Amino acid sequence: MSTPQPPLTQQPPAPNWQGAPGTSYTSPIPVVRTHLGHAISSEWTKIKSVRSTIWTLGVYIVLLIGLGLLFALIAASTDMSLEGESPLSLGLFGLMLGSVCLITLGVLSTASEYGTGMIRTTMTACPSRGRVLAAKSIVYFGLAFTVTLVTTAFVGFAQVAILEGNGAANPTGEEWFKATVGVSLFLSLFGLLSLLMGSLIRHSAGAITIMLGVFLAPLVIAIFMFSESLRNVQEFLLNYSIPSQLGVFYNAELGSSGPSGWDPLWIMLALTGAAFVGAYALLEQRDV
Amino acid sequence: MIELDGLTKRYGEKVAVNNLTFAVRPGIVTGFLGPNGAGKSTTMRMILGLDRPTAGDVRIDGTHYDGLRDPLTYIGALLDAKAVHGGRNAFNHLLCLAQSNGIPRARVDEVLDTVGLTSVARKKAKGFSLGMGQRLGIAGALLGDPRILMFDEPVNGLDPEGIHWIRNLMKSLAAQGRTVFVSSHLMSEMALTADHLVVIGQGRLLADTSMADFIQQNSRSYVRIRTPQRERLLDVLRGAGVVAVETGGGTLEVDGGKPEHIGELAARHQIVLHELSPQQASLEEAFMRLTAESVEYHAHDTAPPGAPVQDWGGDWKREG
Repeated sequence: MSTPQPPLTQQPPAPNWQGAPGTSYTSPIPVVRTHLGHAISSEWTKIKSVRSTIWTLGVYIVLLIGLGLLFALIAASTDMSLEGESPLSLGLFGLMLGSVCLITLGVLSTASEYGTGMIRTTMTACPSRGRVLAAKSIVYFGLAFTVTLVTTAFVGFAQVAILEGNGAANPTGEEWFKATVGVSLFLSLFGLLSLLMGSLIRHSAGAITIMLGVFLAPLVIAIFMFSESLRNVQEFLLNYSIPSQLGVFYNAELGSSGPSGWDPLWIMLALTGAAFVGAYALLEQRDV
Repeated sequence: MIELDGLTKRYGEKVAVNNLTFAVRPGIVTGFLGPNGAGKSTTMRMILGLDRPTAGDVRIDGTHYDGLRDPLTYIGALLDAKAVHGGRNAFNHLLCLAQSNGIPRARVDEVLDTVGLTSVARKKAKGFSLGMGQRLGIAGALLGDPRILMFDEPVNGLDPEGIHWIRNLMKSLAAQGRTVFVSSHLMSEMALTADHLVVIGQGRLLADTSMADFIQQNSRSYVRIRTPQRERLLDVLRGAGVVAVETGGGTLEVDGGKPEHIGELAARHQIVLHELSPQQASLEEAFMRLTAESVEYHAHDTAPPGAPVQDWGGDWKREG
């Protein structure tokens, strides 16, 4: 975009102003009208050029594959009869632990910019704050989804192969779809929620703590609700805690009254959408 | 061209920037001067759209900052040398900035070369010294080859060679017809680089003047005289129409006087002189006088009242 210089004659006269008022400098660099794509390629460079991304995703992949295969091998070696159960559900535990890595990566990709002051450089380079937030969200979601999808698919195939002789049922197409694409969408959205929390809180440690609380607190609180009068609350917390919602994708619901089918994905989509609107509104309003 | 119009920023009760109106013009280096806490950085953040003004307006070539689609090719800024993710190397830091503005990748190597960081391009920014950090920040500012450049305290942390380099860089950028706006709390630094001066104190505009005018108005030259025959000399001077002022410590000062003239007068009347020296009040002192009432964080003056303050400028420099 090239805004024409206002003619110099219209400027208020400066007293004793010295220096050449002549032509303004024109750069040989081509002027580009930037769009979301530029912001996305910038954020992609950012996320892949820091060590924390390698560490969190590395640990995530190791947890998913390691625990997934470990449980499959234990089940195979003990001659445990799965009695028609899908072997894919053995991947659940790895994903529950691995979620912590996605929380950390999500929070760091926004909050670390506030911690280091990089955010001022970022916002100077791209004054459209909504575009920055959208680019960060897209890059993070794409990366988390791809990594989770590839890893869960690999672990799934390995588990089915290992447990072939144990009477395990061959997973149906729908079971495959939910255990790969379903959980990948669900966890990537949960990680995106962490990213937006990082943008809201602007403090890495604080945002990670809050997200760990969101992840674990309902389950832990529910476990200690002994009172009969709180039975309904306890059931609600158990059913809607993130780990049990994750279990729904493996048909491992904790109760019959909780979410079922694809419900957890819609719940997470609504939560993340609301968080995005909130984070965007605050970003527009606050000073960087 | 940067135009500020009644720019104001309030943080609760505290007014950080108070109704600033001035313009920064192309082709010259404009110095933005003020003591610590005067509102220089807040003003620069508002120019860049990082902080929202409470009132007033600021435009870059007639456009609000957030209306610029490729801001780095319009205006390059060094705000804070530490505004970098320490875990990212210099090359990638600049690359992500270039990509967000559609600037060709080759520019990254060019600006790294310009600021002399090519050899550490693949090193993480957290290992950089303050001076290297400043150079990286300047590289980021130059990335889009912008027509407006803004530097917040660019010589902070630079060694003498680095200071010399940045002075020449700013002058050559201005000579190319660019707008160069540079903040500092060192008058002596500005005297060497700036053509125009904007002075603020406690967020208010104190001066908007050309450097030449400022020097002319504020650099007072006088002759300092010490003599054991003070009364006689005063009489002689008065007889010759020279106005001498008695200052503390038994010295006399003659504003704008010539030492040759005074020396000859004294010799003719056989008056003993212990000192006869031409003096020049520093610009630093002029700046101190200008901003005296608006200095936010006063150090307690330990010198006894009336004693001449020997090293005002020096105190100032150490603060930086």
